[in-house]
Amino acid sequence: MAKTTGLKQCSHWAALLCMLVVLVAPGVAQAGMTIDIVGGGASQLPIAITPFRQPGETGLDPAQIVRADLERSGLFSLVDGAGLGAPGEAQTAPFPQWRARKADALVVGQVGTLPDGRLDIRFRLYDVVRQSQLAGFSYAVAPAKARAIGHKIADIVYEKLIGVPGNFSGRIAFVLKHQGRYELQVADADGYNNVAIMRSPEPVISPVWSPDGSRLAYVSFERKKPVVFVQDLASGRRKAVANFRGSNSAPAWSPDGKKLVLALSKDASSQIYRIDAEGGSAERLTKGGALDTEPAFSPDGNWLYFTSDRGGSPQIYRMRSAGGAASRVTFDGAYNVSPNLSPDGQRLTFIHQDSGGFHVAVMELATGQVQTLTDNPQDESPHFAPNGRSILYATRLGSREVLATVSVDGKIKQRLSLTGDLREPVWAP
Amino acid sequence: MKRLSLVSVLFASVLLAACGTSQTKAPIEDHGAPTAVTPAPVPATPSGPQVETHGLAPGAADQSQSLAGQGPSGIEGVNAADAAKLKDSNNILSKRIVYFDFDKFAIKPDYRALIEAHAQFLKSHGQAKVVLQGNADERGSREYNMALGQRRADSVKQAMSVLGAKDEQMETISFGEEKPAAEGHDEAAWQQNRRTEIRYQGE
Repeated sequence: MAKTTGLKQCSHWAALLCMLVVLVAPGVAQAGMTIDIVGGGASQLPIAITPFRQPGETGLDPAQIVRADLERSGLFSLVDGAGLGAPGEAQTAPFPQWRARKADALVVGQVGTLPDGRLDIRFRLYDVVRQSQLAGFSYAVAPAKARAIGHKIADIVYEKLIGVPGNFSGRIAFVLKHQGRYELQVADADGYNNVAIMRSPEPVISPVWSPDGSRLAYVSFERKKPVVFVQDLASGRRKAVANFRGSNSAPAWSPDGKKLVLALSKDASSQIYRIDAEGGSAERLTKGGALDTEPAFSPDGNWLYFTSDRGGSPQIYRMRSAGGAASRVTFDGAYNVSPNLSPDGQRLTFIHQDSGGFHVAVMELATGQVQTLTDNPQDESPHFAPNGRSILYATRLGSREVLATVSVDGKIKQRLSLTGDLREPVWAP
Repeated sequence: MKRLSLVSVLFASVLLAACGTSQTKAPIEDHGAPTAVTPAPVPATPSGPQVETHGLAPGAADQSQSLAGQGPSGIEGVNAADAAKLKDSNNILSKRIVYFDFDKFAIKPDYRALIEAHAQFLKSHGQAKVVLQGNADERGSREYNMALGQRRADSVKQAMSVLGAKDEQMETISFGEEKPAAEGHDEAAWQQNRRTEIRYQGE
């Protein structure tokens, strides 16, 4: 569907009005999302990102997005380019000027307008020391996509300089609780472009993306009991796929997107079952009197990790994804819950309780070695980013619930907050 | 600590959008999600819980679903006089909440009389049904707390079953930590939240 710039602008003006209300009467309306960077890497790569040259008024400068993304990663320090202007996407850059300011890398770019109204966004990434180009691309896109291109450029720069793909183009889903109502929201990885895909007066928990990113499964209490729904993101259509007698919760998608594994109480307190992602009968995978919940697949689909109190305290176990005997995975401490596997299948993140509270921990599955990454008292719901380099989780800041990320080495932390309580975050695949 | 505020980004985009008015006649394709400042305004809620969903595809229709609330039809198989006992503060049947210790689901002796009274009521009113709603305090995993709340509901059901209530009269569900009775973040609040509530259907 075509959308005019006029309409687009209306939404911006609505946003501005909303901000003005906030400035005049704080606490009445909504403030914007804020991101706090709590820590930084030991060695940060100095990079200069010049403003993209814009001959016309084409809107947002993608360089702003690239700068914000890279700075937020904690792995880069931004070199001040004051007085050096916007050189644009030139095939030769004035390397000595940037070298003098101690930049190791340089991003230059420009934005032009094509006859059909689309933008022509170009950038080049240079190694300043070697005076050579590391990457260079051009994009022809609708003006509304300028922000997305900024994230894409940040992904490329990150991958070229750090060696693994960036997460900046990704999306997240989370639950917002505000004034007694609940919204399931989908947003860009930086919290921008957030949209409520479902609103309810009753609690919503445990959203999880289908492997192709087209659907979300979640638990809604709107029928006065927990019921698992699957919602198509594009159309907004949804279906109650698990509404058995008792409680229905903790959905996890099989890697092929055809099945859901979840916790049901129809036969015993909380057991793990498999159903078709379209709904239907449930096949029981765990048996016994213990509580079994929070199933999570290994990326190859062969294993299910889950939380169980069968040993007397809640711990993480794993079993074959078809069910059967389970072996215990966590041993340290009396409360280890909420398993999630890294995309390469080599690490497990979970919540570990010690004397200081509930923290995000990571286990190297090959060695069993565990590292606790956070020191907040009430961390919940850890999930790996698609590149496996950071973990998104929910935490508390005073009495407020906010989202946070931590790098897998525990060194880089950021928080993302909004008016209202944010919880149950999960990365899109 | 560095602090990047998206407010400033928004302001910047507003200004840039304003600058762009003169040259934009051609319609612009928007394949992405609509820009929104959150939470978006929420329409007034009609009677009963209302749930809305929103499609991300351009042109996807918003869908809403209005769910009828519980009617004042009364409890099946229970006459008005007996139904009144359930609300009479001098009658133990008006007591509906069983509290639990941290990470425990065993029923404490204090609640024996309460459970016996409700089991007897169900036994003498074979058509009446209850939902046993288990709850947990906020500490730890939301989903593990769902399981813990479920077990707290199940242990009340089991006790009532032994005392003569039929299984089909009792559905057990869990609200986990999602429906706290007290909103605080200390033991005083938590002990009020570790509970099972007995609700009669049609009440």
